[in-house]
Amino acid sequence: MTIIQVIASGLLLGAVYALFSSGLTLIWGMMNFINFAHGEFVLIGMYIAFLVVTYLNGGPLLFVGTAAVLLFGFGIVIYYGLIRHVMRGPILAQILSTFGLALLLRYLAFFIFKADFKTLPDTIFPGTVNIGGIFLGMPQLVAGGVALVITLGIHLLLKRTTIGSQLLAVSEDRQAAMLMGIRPDRMQAIAWGLSAATAGVAGALIATFYYISPTVGESLALTAFVVVAFGGFGSVPGALVAGLLIGVIQSLSAYLLGPIYKDIVVYAMFVALLWIRPTGLFGKAA
Amino acid sequence: MFRFGIIVCAAFLLYPFFLPDDFYGRMAAEVLLAAIGASAWNILGGYAGQISVGHAVFFGIGAYAPLLIFTKFGLPPIVGVPVGILVSTAVTVVIGLPTFRLTGHYFSMATIAVAELIRLVISNWDYVGAATGLMGPAVARTWLDLSFRSPIPYYYIFLAVLACLLLLTWHLQRSRMGYYWRAIRAGERPARSLGVPVVRYKLYALLLSAGFTSVAGSLYSLMVGFIDPESGFGILKSVELIIIAALGGAGSLFGPLVGAMILVPLQTMTNSLYGGGGSGLTYIIYGGIIVLLARYEPGGLLDLWHRMMSRRAHRADVAAAKPHAS
Repeated sequence: MTIIQVIASGLLLGAVYALFSSGLTLIWGMMNFINFAHGEFVLIGMYIAFLVVTYLNGGPLLFVGTAAVLLFGFGIVIYYGLIRHVMRGPILAQILSTFGLALLLRYLAFFIFKADFKTLPDTIFPGTVNIGGIFLGMPQLVAGGVALVITLGIHLLLKRTTIGSQLLAVSEDRQAAMLMGIRPDRMQAIAWGLSAATAGVAGALIATFYYISPTVGESLALTAFVVVAFGGFGSVPGALVAGLLIGVIQSLSAYLLGPIYKDIVVYAMFVALLWIRPTGLFGKAA
Repeated sequence: MFRFGIIVCAAFLLYPFFLPDDFYGRMAAEVLLAAIGASAWNILGGYAGQISVGHAVFFGIGAYAPLLIFTKFGLPPIVGVPVGILVSTAVTVVIGLPTFRLTGHYFSMATIAVAELIRLVISNWDYVGAATGLMGPAVARTWLDLSFRSPIPYYYIFLAVLACLLLLTWHLQRSRMGYYWRAIRAGERPARSLGVPVVRYKLYALLLSAGFTSVAGSLYSLMVGFIDPESGFGILKSVELIIIAALGGAGSLFGPLVGAMILVPLQTMTNSLYGGGGSGLTYIIYGGIIVLLARYEPGGLLDLWHRMMSRRAHRADVAAAKPHAS
C-alpha cells in the first residue's frame, strides 16, 4: 500500500516538473538554446507567492496569477534585453548569458531574502484527501492537477492555435516564416514569455508545499534538464511523460534507498542516458 | 613586444621582494593559482570551444588526492598530485567520451549534471570525509610536505607551473593541434568534412585540460591544507574557472591570467568589505560581469584591448599619410 502512496505522490510532483520543463523544452525546440536560469525563474515564482501571501494576504488565484503575469513580462524583457543580442553570437556568449543571469538572480534572492528557509502557511489548501486508502496532501493534489492542465494547454496552444503554428513556423525556418509575414523576434519573445510564465506558475504552486530558499532553483533546474533530455528536446508531450516518470523515480528512490539518493539516482540515469541514447527516450534520432 | 615581455616576466619574478606584508603575497599566489585553473579550462573551453561547466570534477579530484594520500597512508601530500592526474584521466575517458557525442548547449548541460552527480557522491562517501572533507598536515614534518607559513614559496611554485602551462599552450596553439582545435570551435561538421579527426582532438584537449585543472586543485589543497565537497566539486568552482578565462579572453594565451589579475583582488576586496556573509555579493558581481560580458564583449578584455590598439594604430597611419597626400 505504501508503495502506491509513494508512486501517487511522485506522479503529483512529476506533474509540476513537467510544467516547468515544458517551458525549457519550448525554448530549446524553438531556438536550440538552453536557459540555464530557468530554475531561477521558478525561484522568482516561489518568492512572488511568498510576498503576495505575506504582504497582500492574497489567495492562490492571486499569487499564481501574479507569478504568471510578472514572469511572462520578465521573460519578454530578458529576450529583448539579452537573448536577442547573444543568440547569433559565439556559443560561449550564449551559455554565459543565461548562466550569469542565473547567478545574478540566485544571489540577489540571497541578498534580499537571506539564506533561511521560508514557507507559506499550510492553510492555503488545508487537509488531505483519502482516495481508497491513499492519502494525498491537498496542496500537492492542487499543484499536480493545475500543472497537468496547463502543460496540456501549452501542448494544445502549440498544435491547435494560430500563435502556436506561428511559433512552430519560426522554429522550423526563420526565413520562410518571415516571408509568410511572421515576425520571428516577436514570436521568440512570446516563447520566452510563455516559458518564463510556466516556470513562475510552477514555482508558485511548489511554494504551497515546499520550502523556499535561494539555492532551490539550482536543483530544480537540473531536474528540468534531466526531464527535457529524457523527453527529447523540444517535445512538450515528451516533457510531460518524462516529468511524471522522473517524479515517480525520485519518490521511489527516496523511499527505497533513502532521501539522499533521490537526486543521485536521477542524475546517474541521466548520465546513463547520455551513454545509450543522447537524443532522449522519446526524441527523434538526430 | 619582446622588451615588453621581458619586463612583465621580471615583474612577476621580482614581485614578492616588494611586498608590504603576507596579505598581498597570499593574494598574488591566489591570482596565479586561479590563472592556472582558468588556463587549463581555456584549452578545452577557449581553444577547442567545448564549454564545460563541470571542470570542478577535475579540480576536486586534484584537491582531494593529496589530502587523501596524507590522511590514509601518511605519505607526503605531494605524492597525490600524479594520483590526481591519473584519476582525472580515468574519469575523462569514462565520462568524457560519451559526453563528447553532445555539442553546444547540450554538452554544457551534461557536464553540469555529471559534476553534480559526483559532488553528491563525494558528500555522502565516508571514506573521503563525506560532507566535512579532509585536512592536511597541521605542521610540516619535512619540507616534502610543502606546508609553508609564508605565501612566497607557493607564489614561486605556482609561477613555475603557470609558466610551464602557458609555454605548452603557446606551443600547441601554433602547432597542427591548435589549428584543429580552432577548426572544431568554428564548426564541428565543417571541420570533420575537411578531415579533422574531431573526437580524437577534442579528447586531447579534454585530457590536457583535465590534467592541469587537477594540478590546480592539488596546489590549492596543498596551500590551504583543507578541502570539502563544496569548495572542491561545487558548481561555483566551475563557474569561477570559466568567468576568469572569459573575462580576460577565452581562447587567448594570456586571457585567463588577465582575468585572474582582475577578479581575484576584486573577490578579496568584496569579501573583506562585507565579511564572510558577503560572498553573496561576490556572486552578484560575478553574475553581473558575466551577463555584461556575454552581451557586450564576448571576446573578453584582451579582445577589446586589441581592437582599441588597432584603431589607434589605424588613426596614426591616417595622420601620418595625410601630409604626403596633400
